[in-house]
Amino acid sequence: MLSVKDLKVYFQVDGGFSRAVDGVSFEIQDGETVCLVGESGCGKSVSALTIMGILPQPPGKIIGGTIFFKGQDLLLMKEEEMQKVRGNHIAMVFQEPMTSLNPVFTIGDQIEEAIRIHERIDEAEMRKRSIQALKDVGMPSPEQRINDYPHQLSGGQRQRVMIAMALACNPDLVIADEPTTALDVTVQAQILNLFKDLQQKRRMSLLYITHDLGVVAKIADQIYVMYAGIILEKGAARDIFYNPCHPYTRALLASLPSRSKRGSKLYSIPGSVPDPAHTPKGCPFHPRCSFALESCTSQFPGMSDWGNGHFSRCPVIYDKEAGKGGN
Amino acid sequence: MGILADVRLFMIKKPEKVEIENCTMISTSPLSNQDILRVEGLKKYFPVRRGFFQNVIGWIKAVDGVELSIGRHKTLGLVGESGCGKSTIGQLILKLIDPDGGRIMYRDKEITRLSQGEIKPLRKEMQIIFQDPFGSLNPRMTVGQSIDEGLRVLHMKGHNERSERVEELMQMVGISPGAADRYPHEFSGGQRQRIGIARALSVEPSLIICDEPVSALDVSIRSQIINLLKELQDSLGLSYLFISHDLTVVGYISDSIAVMYLGQIMEYGPAGVLYDNPLHPYTVALLSAIPEPDPDDRRELKALKGEVPSPFNPPPGCKFQGRCPFVEKRCREEDVAFYQVGDGHAVRCWKVAGG
Amino acid sequence: MENNKSNIDMELETPVVGQVKSRKRELLRLLKENKLAFIGLIIFVIFFITALLGLLLTSGKEPVFDPSMVRLQEKLLPPLASPHLESLRPHEVPKTGVYVFGTDDLGRDVFARMLQGAWVSLTVGFVAVGIAVLVGLFMGGIAGYFGQKYIGLDHIIVVLLFSTGATLSLTGKSFTGFIVIVIDLAFVFSLALIRWKSRKSRYFKWLDLLRKKTLSIDTLIMRVVDIMLCFPSFFLILTVVALLPASIYNIMIVIGLTSWMGTTRFVRAEFLSLREQDFVTAARALGVNDYRIIFRHMIPNAIAPVLVSATIGIATAILTEAGLSFLGFGVPPPNATWGNILSDGKRFIFDAPWLTFIPGFAILLVVLSFNLFGEGLRDIMNPKLRERH
Repeated sequence: MLSVKDLKVYFQVDGGFSRAVDGVSFEIQDGETVCLVGESGCGKSVSALTIMGILPQPPGKIIGGTIFFKGQDLLLMKEEEMQKVRGNHIAMVFQEPMTSLNPVFTIGDQIEEAIRIHERIDEAEMRKRSIQALKDVGMPSPEQRINDYPHQLSGGQRQRVMIAMALACNPDLVIADEPTTALDVTVQAQILNLFKDLQQKRRMSLLYITHDLGVVAKIADQIYVMYAGIILEKGAARDIFYNPCHPYTRALLASLPSRSKRGSKLYSIPGSVPDPAHTPKGCPFHPRCSFALESCTSQFPGMSDWGNGHFSRCPVIYDKEAGKGGN
Repeated sequence: MGILADVRLFMIKKPEKVEIENCTMISTSPLSNQDILRVEGLKKYFPVRRGFFQNVIGWIKAVDGVELSIGRHKTLGLVGESGCGKSTIGQLILKLIDPDGGRIMYRDKEITRLSQGEIKPLRKEMQIIFQDPFGSLNPRMTVGQSIDEGLRVLHMKGHNERSERVEELMQMVGISPGAADRYPHEFSGGQRQRIGIARALSVEPSLIICDEPVSALDVSIRSQIINLLKELQDSLGLSYLFISHDLTVVGYISDSIAVMYLGQIMEYGPAGVLYDNPLHPYTVALLSAIPEPDPDDRRELKALKGEVPSPFNPPPGCKFQGRCPFVEKRCREEDVAFYQVGDGHAVRCWKVAGG
Repeated sequence: MENNKSNIDMELETPVVGQVKSRKRELLRLLKENKLAFIGLIIFVIFFITALLGLLLTSGKEPVFDPSMVRLQEKLLPPLASPHLESLRPHEVPKTGVYVFGTDDLGRDVFARMLQGAWVSLTVGFVAVGIAVLVGLFMGGIAGYFGQKYIGLDHIIVVLLFSTGATLSLTGKSFTGFIVIVIDLAFVFSLALIRWKSRKSRYFKWLDLLRKKTLSIDTLIMRVVDIMLCFPSFFLILTVVALLPASIYNIMIVIGLTSWMGTTRFVRAEFLSLREQDFVTAARALGVNDYRIIFRHMIPNAIAPVLVSATIGIATAILTEAGLSFLGFGVPPPNATWGNILSDGKRFIFDAPWLTFIPGFAILLVVLSFNLFGEGLRDIMNPKLRERH
């Protein structure tokens, strides 16, 4: 349904470019949940903003690539056409439930506005629709809540309102950018369950962006691991977790603390996440990689195929293990 | 209800019925003389004021009767959701704010009522590490000056020795000592967190309050910092109060764990016991809400209904009554005592303790 | 240990996240990019040098340019007019050879007077704003840092009465002042009485109420700020200046003491947010005292917006001084200021327009340059606004 090809988004910084997204391709099928996983500054949020067409330009600049949504290239669309796509077909849920609602309007007003932009219906009908939308996202007593202002709601309830707004026009694709990062664990569980429920009921596709591998394991069908603006590994959730084929993915999984690892030292990836304005030459992960060879410092690694749609961008591991491990 | 359907709650062995007034759990613990810090019945209420004359119209009971003890060279994990008062406890222990009730004992010396002048010698015993690596360093001071500050203020050592010590500290936390005259904005988040740790270590403390030290860090940096904290604990013999909302991190690093909800400890026990045999419905709910990094485990996460209520003028009775799936009339009427249910394992729920 | 070693090496190799440039150089570069602010800065520097030169060249026993030299036969000459050498004694001939800005109705060299006026404007601007910033930092700092301490209304009344009494006695109204202080003492006495006697005494009930009502220091200071802001400041200054003997120092002090409120608000807001920052908490946990926290941790981080508003404040102060001098309340003659050159010149606006045009243009240019520079600084300091340029 959505297919992003070789997307490149650079940011203008002092005296140069910062390669926020540097040739990213991914696909989302109908009714599928795709997770973009990566650390801060890896370009996952920028990709989402670009798909929505709300990337601030400048400083951002789309250098190249295509984003095909139902056969149309979103990057070539005019602003008015894009407006129709946003909300109607693609909707977005943001990380910060505190700031993504307008504090001076009731939540009813805000949901109704989301509907009004795309459909012409009368007030009473609109009211019914918004109450139904709140009911759908599991908001307690929606009839009263609809007249509340955002500050009267808790963080989790605000995030539910955000989801209700995103779903108000039955979009085909919802992009969720770290929607549970700012929430408590118990509330995060509520929201994750809500996403899964809604997806089953509505057969919508979900592009879920997060850094939390636990959350990814819970909801993802397909996983794309991003690092420094490129995709290092992609594949089905089970392949990524049980048979990671890139040193970065392996290191990430190994560095997760858990109670069973008590007493032993955690694996840790040395160094820091690279600044997108100064990504290393060759494989961007090579300065932190324990498998790195001389060739990694100069050659940009290609994707190697491990079968079943499982690809990874590490020729070193592929050469070593593909014979026995690659299924 | 569906929630907590398979809770072991009613299948547990009936524990010995030891009800202790005001919780003497800590002092009865055989390890009590090993404790570096003990907190008993700690309370902190913040007034809520309104109007021109700022009349007090109510209280936020941020910390409402908390008992804790931290063993020497041990880590106590303090877990809870946002707004449960866990950071306030850190500030109370450091005496950055004054408690409204209860006692804080440091190495068998009561420090609850000490004035700011009297506490000064104890400042080098207890230090703090923060969550936000961007706000925890003064942007107008070089990192060397930041690390040096504690030494200077407590009049430790001469000028040359101090700069040697700063270099040593930077080496200790894995930052090149040559970077001492750089400013914080030149460092990445993980590096800043290391510098914050070096600053805390500068005065050679015995106890460090770690207030969500890894929550703001990237996954790949998080394990570096956790390892560093562990290494430092082993080599310097530190004790930690590890405050976090992340149960996986706490479960990895802590020796014992206290679960906090709305200003009270709901359950306390050794890490292994608490994870394998959680008793309090809140602990059970917290543990089952963690998404495990295992795609085959697609069971629905067991979510508690509702969210943490405001600590402003809470109702009487159990603090957890509003979200507890097993709530009864008694829970809404009586304050719940802390029941000892096993070796160093205590729980604030009369139902599971069989009280 | 092995892993640890390699960690250190990593940090050595990649010590920073790219931004290796020093803060100052970065600021300079941003300033250069912001054209208007840079022009403002250049005009400001030229003005500064002119004022300093002006002080050197127009003061002393035999100044190079004498602003008060009267040459009646040379009056109202246009700019760049040559002096009539035959009718002047040698030392009366201007050193530049021509009257660069012409002469006024007494034949005084306007160029020399402008030079002298530049110095007056500069000192008034800087000293007045200096006073305002100091008072503002002090009041705002107290409101922001110690603001959550509460004091009883009775204490406030005692202090207010006492200071009113003391001021009255010192300014010559000693009898009224004495009476006020006596009332104050009586008040203190009755307060002590109710504390000593029963609290529920009917007669002292209202006094007891005063004792129980408390105000935070923050509320107190900020309400004073609000009250000060209620007065139209120019008329407040006019009133005060009319009561005081005319002198350049009084003007500086009065302007300074009526323009600290903005700074107070700024500093208070900054302090309130800085207080909650982790590095301040860390410093307190290390046992750093309040004095050092304020001067080492808070003020360096709060000073940037204060400096920005001070830059714009200098322009306002210069303008206020010019206004006062124009109205005849300002710096007393024979000292020249741009305001009184303008004021003198307005009688000859059709015969000698340069007498109004030159000082007017100078004021415009300097005030504009300060405003541009100040706003540019604000944009540079605030990264969110940077994208506009």
